[in-house]
Amino acid sequence: MKGQVMTQLADKNTHLSNFSQFDQSAGHAPAWLDSLRRSGIDRFEQVGFPSTREERWRYTNVAPIARMPFKLAHYDGQGTDLLDRYSFGDDAASELVFVNGHFVQQLSKLGRLSRGVFAGHLPDALDSRSAQLEGSLGRLANVEANPFVALNTGFIRDGAVIHIPRNVEIEQPIHLLFISTTSREPAVSHPRVLIMLEEGASGTVVESYVGGRGLYFTNAVTEISLEDRAQLDHCKLQQESGEAFHVSTTQIRLGADARYVSHAATLGAKLSRNDLNAVMAGQHADATLNGLVFIGGEQHCDNHTILDHAEPNCPSHELYKHVLDGKSSGVFKGKILVRSGAQKTDSKQTSKALLLSDDAVMNSMPALEIYADDVKCTHGSSSGPVDEEQVFYLRQRGVGLEAARHLMTYAFAADITRRIKVERVRRRLEEYMALQHGLPLDLRINDLASHDEAVKQL
Amino acid sequence: MTTQPLLEIKDLYARVAAPGGREILKGVNLTINAGEVHAIMGKNGSGKSTLAQVLAGREAYEVTGGSVRYKGQDLLELSAEERAREGIFLAFQYPVEIPGVSTSYFLKAAVNAVRKHRGEPDLQTKDFINLVKDKMKLLHMDPSFMNRAINEGFSGGEKKRNEIFQMAVMNPTLALMDETDSGLDVDALKTVAEGAASLRRDDNAILVVTHYERLLQYIVPDIVHIMLDGKILMTGDKALAAKVDTQGYDWVDRQARQVG
Repeated sequence: MKGQVMTQLADKNTHLSNFSQFDQSAGHAPAWLDSLRRSGIDRFEQVGFPSTREERWRYTNVAPIARMPFKLAHYDGQGTDLLDRYSFGDDAASELVFVNGHFVQQLSKLGRLSRGVFAGHLPDALDSRSAQLEGSLGRLANVEANPFVALNTGFIRDGAVIHIPRNVEIEQPIHLLFISTTSREPAVSHPRVLIMLEEGASGTVVESYVGGRGLYFTNAVTEISLEDRAQLDHCKLQQESGEAFHVSTTQIRLGADARYVSHAATLGAKLSRNDLNAVMAGQHADATLNGLVFIGGEQHCDNHTILDHAEPNCPSHELYKHVLDGKSSGVFKGKILVRSGAQKTDSKQTSKALLLSDDAVMNSMPALEIYADDVKCTHGSSSGPVDEEQVFYLRQRGVGLEAARHLMTYAFAADITRRIKVERVRRRLEEYMALQHGLPLDLRINDLASHDEAVKQL
Repeated sequence: MTTQPLLEIKDLYARVAAPGGREILKGVNLTINAGEVHAIMGKNGSGKSTLAQVLAGREAYEVTGGSVRYKGQDLLELSAEERAREGIFLAFQYPVEIPGVSTSYFLKAAVNAVRKHRGEPDLQTKDFINLVKDKMKLLHMDPSFMNRAINEGFSGGEKKRNEIFQMAVMNPTLALMDETDSGLDVDALKTVAEGAASLRRDDNAILVVTHYERLLQYIVPDIVHIMLDGKILMTGDKALAAKVDTQGYDWVDRQARQVG
C-alpha cells in the first residue's frame, strides 16, 4: 500500500514540476486566469490520476500514462509534413495550427471572417475580450469534472478560442489542427478549446489531433457554449501516433432550441479516453452524438458520454460504431440522464461493434438514469463479426473476398461517415479505412456518396 | 459450334461443412448445354437448393466427391467470386440485406469486377446508368430502388425482383434461380418470371430450382429433373412438371421405393 502511495506521488510530481516550470515561463496573465490555473493544478495535486477501482475508469487503466515522466512539449519547428497531410487548405474558413500545444501563427490561416467572428489563440482573445473569457473559460469543464480536466486547466496558455456573434452563420468549417511531432523524450501537451456561439449563430468546427510517430500524451479539453437557437456541427478526428496517449473531455451546454451535432472519430493512439457530455439546458435543445472508432493492433479506446436532459422537451440521439481488429479493445459507456422535470425527453442511444478478429473485445454499457415520468428513452447495443452470409452475397456477384470484407466494414461505418458534412473529414476517414485493408486503389471505396448523388441526378 | 456442354456434373457428393456435417448431395449427375433451360423440382430437403449453392461456390458446403466442369474448366477449383466473374449467377432464395451500401453502387462494383476479369475498362457512373435503365423497366422497378441500401427493408417480393434485375444487368452465362417464386404474389411472379425468361439466349443457360410448377409456366423448361434425397431421380420434359403440379410428390416417393 505504501509503495502505491509513493508511486502516486511520483506520478503527480512529474506534472507538478512541469507546472512550476510552466508557471515561471508563462509570462503575464490576468489574475483570474492565474487563479484558474492554480485551481486546476491544486485539484490535480489533491486527487491525482484515477485508478481502475473507480467505476468510471474501470475499463481503462491510465497507469501507463501516470508512470511516464512526460516533459512539457515545446515547439521545435517540426510538423510541416503533418500540416501538408492534414491541412484543409482553402476548404477552411480559418485554420489554427498548434504544434506540440503551441499556436504557430506562420502555419495558421486566420482567414477573413465576417462580422465580428473571432477564431484565434487565447492570448489574442484575452486582449480583445478578457471579460467574456473570464465568464466562460473553465465554467463548463469544471476542474472537478475529472483529474485530466484539472491537469489541463493548470496549463492553459495557448488555447483556441472561437466566438461567433448573434445570428452570424459561418458556412465553411473552422479547423483546429493539433499536431504532435516526434521528440526524443516523451512529451505532454494540454490543448484547450473554447467555442462560444451566441443566440442564433451557426458554424462548423473541426478539431483534428494528429501525430507522426512516437510516444507522447495529448490531454485535451474543449468547452462549447451554445446560446438559444445556436447551431454547431462539430467534428473531432483523433489520428494520433500509434504509441500515443490521448485523453479528452468535451463539455457542451445547449440553450433553448440550440442544436448540436458531434461526429467523433477515433483512429489513432495506443490508449484513448474521451468524455463527451452534452447538457440540454434549455427547452427543445437537440443534441446528436455520432461516434466512430476504427482501431486494431493493441489499441484501446474508451468513450464515455452523457446526454444530460436538464430541461423538458429535448430530443437527443446517439450512435456509436466500433470497428475492432487485432487485439484491440473498445469501451462505450453512454449515460442518458433525465433530470426531474425534464418531461417529454426523447432520447435514443445505440452502440454497435463489428469485430474483425476473434481477439478484439468490446465492452458496451448503456446507462439510463431517469427522474421524470413522461419520457421516451431507448438504448440498444450489439456486437459481432462480419456476417458471412453478406460476404458470400457480395462474392457471388464477383466482388472479391477482401473487397467484400472492406465493403462490409465501409457499410457498417457508413451510418456515421455519411452524416459528416465536412468532406475533408469524410474522405480522410474513408481513405484511412481503405488503407487499413491494404486494398489496391481501384478497389477503394471512397466515392460512394458522390456515386449515389450522381445516380440521383440522372 | 462447340459440342462441349456448358455444365457437366458427375457423381457429385457434398455435405455441410462442419464436423459431422450431414451429407446432402449423394451422387448428382447433370449435363446442361448452352441454350437450354433446366428445372430441378423436388420437395423440401431434397437437396435442390444445396446443389445451386454448391455450384455458386458457397463455403458452407464441402464437396466430398465427384466433379463439375463448367465451360471446360474445373469449376470446383474456382472461388465464389471467380465463378461469378466467369458468368455464374445465383438468384438467392433469401437475398441478404446489406445496410449502408446502395444497390446501384454494389451493382456497379459487381459489373466492373466482371469487366476487369474480362480485360474490359471500368464502366463510369453515367454508362452504368444507361445499362441499368432498360433492365429496370423490364422488371417494372421504381428508380428509387437504386439508391436504397441493398435489400434493406425490401418486401419479399421486392427482394426477388431485385435478384432478377441484378441477373439482367449481370447478363450471366449460367443463371441459377433458387426458389425465385417463393414469396411472390401472382402479379409479381409474372413480372419476375417473364423478366428472367427474356434473358434466354442460345449461348446461355438457366437452371431453375423450384418446388412448384407455376414459375415454369413463364420460363418453360426444355428439361425437367426431379430430385429426391440428394440425387436426381428422374428426368423428362415439361410434362413432368405438370404431373407434379397435379399429383404432388407422393408418387415420386412411391416410385423411388419401387426402384430402391
